[in-house]
Amino acid sequence: MSDVIPYAREDAGSPPSLFPDYGSTVARSPREPLIRVPQTLTEVTGPSGWDQLMGPALADLTTQHKSPPLGQRIIVTGRVLDEAGRPVPYTVMEIWQANAAGRYIHSKDNWDAPLDPHFTGAGRVVTDAEGRYRFITIRPGAYPWGNHKNAWRPAHIHLSLLGPAFATRLVTQLYFPDDPLIEIDPIANAVPMPYRQRMVCRFDIGVTEPNWALGYVFDVVLKGRNQTPFEEGQHDH
Amino acid sequence: MTIDPADRVTAPRLDNQDSALFGQTPSQTVGPFFHYGLPWKGGADLVGKSDMGARPELFPEDHYVLNLSSPTGTPEGEVIEVAGRVIDGHGEIVSDAMIELWQANAAGRYASDDDTREAVPRDPHFVGFGRASTDADGVYRFRTIRPGRVPGPGNSLQAPHLALSVFGRGLIKRLATRLYFADGEGNDVDPILNAVPEARRGTLVAERKGDGSWWLDIILKGDNETVFFDL
Ligand SMILES: [Fe+3]
Repeated sequence: MSDVIPYAREDAGSPPSLFPDYGSTVARSPREPLIRVPQTLTEVTGPSGWDQLMGPALADLTTQHKSPPLGQRIIVTGRVLDEAGRPVPYTVMEIWQANAAGRYIHSKDNWDAPLDPHFTGAGRVVTDAEGRYRFITIRPGAYPWGNHKNAWRPAHIHLSLLGPAFATRLVTQLYFPDDPLIEIDPIANAVPMPYRQRMVCRFDIGVTEPNWALGYVFDVVLKGRNQTPFEEGQHDH
Repeated sequence: MTIDPADRVTAPRLDNQDSALFGQTPSQTVGPFFHYGLPWKGGADLVGKSDMGARPELFPEDHYVLNLSSPTGTPEGEVIEVAGRVIDGHGEIVSDAMIELWQANAAGRYASDDDTREAVPRDPHFVGFGRASTDADGVYRFRTIRPGRVPGPGNSLQAPHLALSVFGRGLIKRLATRLYFADGEGNDVDPILNAVPEARRGTLVAERKGDGSWWLDIILKGDNETVFFDL
């Protein structure tokens, strides 16, 4: 019965698994080429009952503790779309990040920047019928890491999306405009230009709320579903 | 380190909202510090109410803001435990990886609106999705239901399998793989296994241990490297 309509493969903006400037990729990326297989029902389906697993949304990262966290309060909003620009409704976006000083609540982050007892930095939102999402947080700080001499990660928010299918799974990072660290960051640089800029959000005065929070817009584009069934022999390179 | 600020090309600065750039959002690593943000307590237990899957020892207790999973009942089928190590190209264990699981229920139906086969029953108590952090020994572990067979291309039927995604520090993109069972019905005719060179198929097949659990190491690189798929 089941010839499925597959999702698109990676586009030109996809980073390689091996990017030696990012040192940890060397021992952790496969040596063998990935094996291309037809998508089956397994790859074109995904959990629709995720809220049964993960529970309700946590859209405001600034109200999870007794007092507000330190840092610049921001609103991040946008849409989750497929490659044809169609909204991806009711899909989950998970969020985690460092605090305003660039420190993670994680016990293995031993950088000497202050922890903020009022900030965890984890949240979760669900897109609405038009694929829109919105969350409130503080702008994370840059932080040093051991990849090379004087290495600093640009400020970023980690985003995790399931999308409609196993094939659309995406984990990415949102960067901020006019951050000079992006251009010298090996993780961001694994994505070739100009596609790297797809990960840079835009400041938006319309989203910004007077006397309260700066606003940024960021759309996430997931792999789209082809319009026609997959035909054997249609391999691209 | 070859990215020298002195050589950088000054490109016109665009961003996410420029329509000329519209396309798939690129993948980035989860990094080493995802444990308080992604793997929730019980996320690796698709059957019961244990805390499997999370590593709350890696952050202060009052910063656990994720929700507990709240199963509403017991799914149908044979309960199994599936585990293995994640190993890097130096043969060392990877203690900061995360494995995701997606699978059909015991009857071979996915809990997805895109699995439209009315004749195969959904199980209201089984979502079929889970997450497991690797522990300090590099071991991932799930408790789940042995899946039924699902259709493959044409008239084929796939052997029982779990779809797995591997995430971690140093993995810019998730790595997609599968876990089959050594005694699985139809392994010999499975269309995906058969697309893999015979010498490498074993990297996708879990073995049953003496205690009845299933074991499959995921080797990211090197000898006996796990087969990863280009979907
Ligand atoms: Fe980070």
